[in-house]
Amino acid sequence: MSTLPLLTLLTLVPLLGGVATLLASSRPNLSRRIAFAASLLALAGAALLWAEFDTGSAGWQFVERYAWVASLGIDYHLGIDGLGLLMVLLSALIVPFAMLASWNIGRIPGLYFALILFLEAGLFGTFTALNFFHWFIYWELGLIPAFFLIKMWGGPRRSQAAVQFFIYTLAGSVAMLLAFLAIYAATGLFDFDQLADVARHGGLDNALFATLGGSLFKSKESLAAVVFLGVFLGFAVKAPLMPFHTWLPSAYAEAPTGTSMLLTGAMSKMGVYGFLRILLPLFPGQMRAMQTPLLCLAVVTIVFSAAAALAQRDLKRMAAYSSMNHIGYCLLGIFAAVQLTAPGVAWTTEKAAALNGVMLQMFSHGLTASALFYFVGLIEQRSGGLRGLDDFGGLRKAAPVFCGLLGITLFASLGLPGLSGFVGEFLIFKGSLPLAGWAAAVSTLGLLITAIFMLAILQRVFSGPVQSRWTGWKDLTTGERLTLAPVITLMFLLGICPQILISVSNPAALAILKHF
Amino acid sequence: MLAWTIYISFLGAAAQVLLPAESRRAARFMALFTALAGLVAALVGAAQYERLAPSGAVADLVNISWIADLGIRFHLAADGVSVTLVLLTGIAAVSGVLFSWNIERRAREFFALYLALIGGVYGVFLSFDLFLLFVFYEIAIIPKYFLIAVWGSTRREYAAMKLALYSLAGSAMVLIGLIAAYVVSGSRTFELLELAKYPFPPAFQIWAFLLVFVGFAVLAGLWPFHTWAPTGHVAAPTAASMLLAGVVMKLGAYGALRVAMTLFPYGLRFWQNEIALLAVIGIVYGASVALVQRDLKFVIGYSSVSHMGFVLLGLMTLTQIGLSGAVLQMFSHGIVAGLLFAVVGRMIYDRTHTRQLSELQPMNLSVLAPFVSVVFVLAGVASIGLPGFSGFVAELQVLVGSWSVFPRLTIFAGIGILLGFAYMVRVWMKALFAENEPKSASINKLEPVSIPERAGAFLLLGTAILIGLWPNILLTLIDPALHSPQFQPLWKGGLP
Repeated sequence: MSTLPLLTLLTLVPLLGGVATLLASSRPNLSRRIAFAASLLALAGAALLWAEFDTGSAGWQFVERYAWVASLGIDYHLGIDGLGLLMVLLSALIVPFAMLASWNIGRIPGLYFALILFLEAGLFGTFTALNFFHWFIYWELGLIPAFFLIKMWGGPRRSQAAVQFFIYTLAGSVAMLLAFLAIYAATGLFDFDQLADVARHGGLDNALFATLGGSLFKSKESLAAVVFLGVFLGFAVKAPLMPFHTWLPSAYAEAPTGTSMLLTGAMSKMGVYGFLRILLPLFPGQMRAMQTPLLCLAVVTIVFSAAAALAQRDLKRMAAYSSMNHIGYCLLGIFAAVQLTAPGVAWTTEKAAALNGVMLQMFSHGLTASALFYFVGLIEQRSGGLRGLDDFGGLRKAAPVFCGLLGITLFASLGLPGLSGFVGEFLIFKGSLPLAGWAAAVSTLGLLITAIFMLAILQRVFSGPVQSRWTGWKDLTTGERLTLAPVITLMFLLGICPQILISVSNPAALAILKHF
Repeated sequence: MLAWTIYISFLGAAAQVLLPAESRRAARFMALFTALAGLVAALVGAAQYERLAPSGAVADLVNISWIADLGIRFHLAADGVSVTLVLLTGIAAVSGVLFSWNIERRAREFFALYLALIGGVYGVFLSFDLFLLFVFYEIAIIPKYFLIAVWGSTRREYAAMKLALYSLAGSAMVLIGLIAAYVVSGSRTFELLELAKYPFPPAFQIWAFLLVFVGFAVLAGLWPFHTWAPTGHVAAPTAASMLLAGVVMKLGAYGALRVAMTLFPYGLRFWQNEIALLAVIGIVYGASVALVQRDLKFVIGYSSVSHMGFVLLGLMTLTQIGLSGAVLQMFSHGIVAGLLFAVVGRMIYDRTHTRQLSELQPMNLSVLAPFVSVVFVLAGVASIGLPGFSGFVAELQVLVGSWSVFPRLTIFAGIGILLGFAYMVRVWMKALFAENEPKSASINKLEPVSIPERAGAFLLLGTAILIGLWPNILLTLIDPALHSPQFQPLWKGGLP
């Protein structure tokens, strides 16, 4: 194993690349190239991590740990397991993809690409940090660029969308911050690992009660529940889980294509990642106690967002709701996995299946959802801003390749066997059916509705008579095909050999299971 | 070396008077030179103190008899808390001059008063004789009045008078309390460390603490005695509002900590809950009022009240981490509020001649003045305490401390933070971004950002990020000091 501080270097690449892009922003072409080169370098770095990653070990890898703020006992502590690795890989993949999608962005391209790189740095940092203090720095670092990307380059109602996005996410963050400060006040710890150790035997609840209990909270359980809810809120808004999702449709719909791809492909994973990395290990008892309501929320998210997508007439909004629907499956898997089982029956296989499914789904959804937004962007670009479901028809004849690749993406997204989406959803349902049968059963409704609206897109846009104004519809250019090629390839590859990812995610899933 | 910060500033102020009246250029460079020399002296002094820092001990700088009959001494000394605030003053002084580079009217007098104010502030932070501290405290009030009354804008006479009256009323309360302490202790000394050892009777402490604490806290913007702050900040010329928010408000907080809290620890515990409540009201109230202001400078003015609430809340937790956070917040807010006032007063107002959000909106500053917009956004981000900036570490510490003492109030403080986000986003939206493109005619009207402005912005932003990422630089100064003998009475509960 390398002795270089790989994770720090990996985070620095987009950060410095972003600064370089800013400095070159007076020359749009140069700044674009610098930014793209930086994102490719980051991708290479992520690939290197993957190559060096030891799938046989369940512990943290590439660990870096230095004392940082001594008086507060804060360490600079980095490390990844399979989950972290998958997320880093995913982010590194999505960013160049998103950059290509926004290659011809109109206003101040230098700033646009720099912001994307800063966002990438925030993502890398979030997925590798193991101490709340700097993890939170990165968590918020992702937010500011996203705000400006929406605000400055978005659609007609961008202001409102950006502000809503910002305030919602920050409200969640503040709740989480307060909760973590309460934890720190009680334990003096910010380190996720150490906190998980404390929490494993209910120590966190006791410590919280010893410090903060009394006047405000009469029982240990209620206090711990409030702290849990604070942290929960931060992740629930980000993911999002209904009913904390109302920022999402307008943010995704108003953002420029590249930004929507990043929001859905990578940033929504921050929320799910938080559930896995932080909430499960730190609050196993609370998760378990609130399992039923949480499952209800996940089911509601799945079914209602699918139904909402079905009701939309705007392709981008459909993609937004569909993205939420897919995140819902991840949360379903997580909430099912906390099921308390009878003594002697560990159900480890089912729980591991669910968690593996969650991680696969995160990865696969990152690919398919961002590809979907990419296609919507292309449609918008070619039609001069139109993206209504009913504005098109018969494009299949004019643009067969376009239609074919979009079809593949749609099928990957709805989970057709052989494509990437299937494995994740299959494992999630395989795990959650025995663990939380009713929730899984109701959630299949979401699968059904998804299939309906996905097919509706295919039918309305690509079949039927060609409208006369679209007869000259341009098929995918070579550049666009090249942009899509890696992503489409991955959709097949992961669908056919999911083992590539499972070998990485399984040790991580088993490690998370040990916490509860 | 630290004591030289005081002498240099007063000498610089005196030197201004000797300059030819018409030479604005000379006055500027002279002022910059003086402020820089003060900052260098502060840095060198801090480096010298570094040796003592782990012990947190008080380093004597000067200690000579002054008015022997009354036991008053010219006693300058420093510990980690003083050093932190002296550094803040140095940085604020330099950036203030940089952002006043375009002062045209009576520049000589302006900078003379400015430097005298700085000298007084350094003096307060370094005095360990209460009489001396009080003298410096008063010295700082007079220039403040003139800076606002002569060079100010919006309702300047009213604002200057209000500020002066509030300050004087506050200092009168402090004076009464101090003299009472002097008399009651019967020890014929104004030495802070000597008086702090004296066990004042509880009944006396209760009212003496209230007098002295509130007297100081008026300047720190303690709700409901904060009303001088927004009007004063708004009326003051840029450099003066930077100093008002940047260091003068810290004088109040510093005095409250150094004098009121260590002298009367029993009184402190008696009023602890009430004052914490006022602090949190200040946090929420300041942020709520900032949310509805139409004048950009009023937004920043009220945000100062809100952020200073965190300082007072941190002080009232009486925990190591809360106090440390309060001192760090003093530093952090000094830097960040200074920057915000610089952006609003110098970078935006001097170019657009308006601070009304409704009039700024059509200008679309994000296109017209990209540098200004970027600085404003970063300053705003730092101000709302986003991680990576100094304010985050400070508010984090304050809130951790407050969780363990006032869990209920902590939740309200969190609401205050949220409101902080809201007013900042609102201001960005209104002042920087408009839906329409700016009219091409107006593009040439804005003068380009000058070099002094850039230098000042980089200095302040750099400091905020530096401390945000390596808070250890200051925490290694602050934490040991809070544990040292000079703050012992505060921890002991002070029952005689």
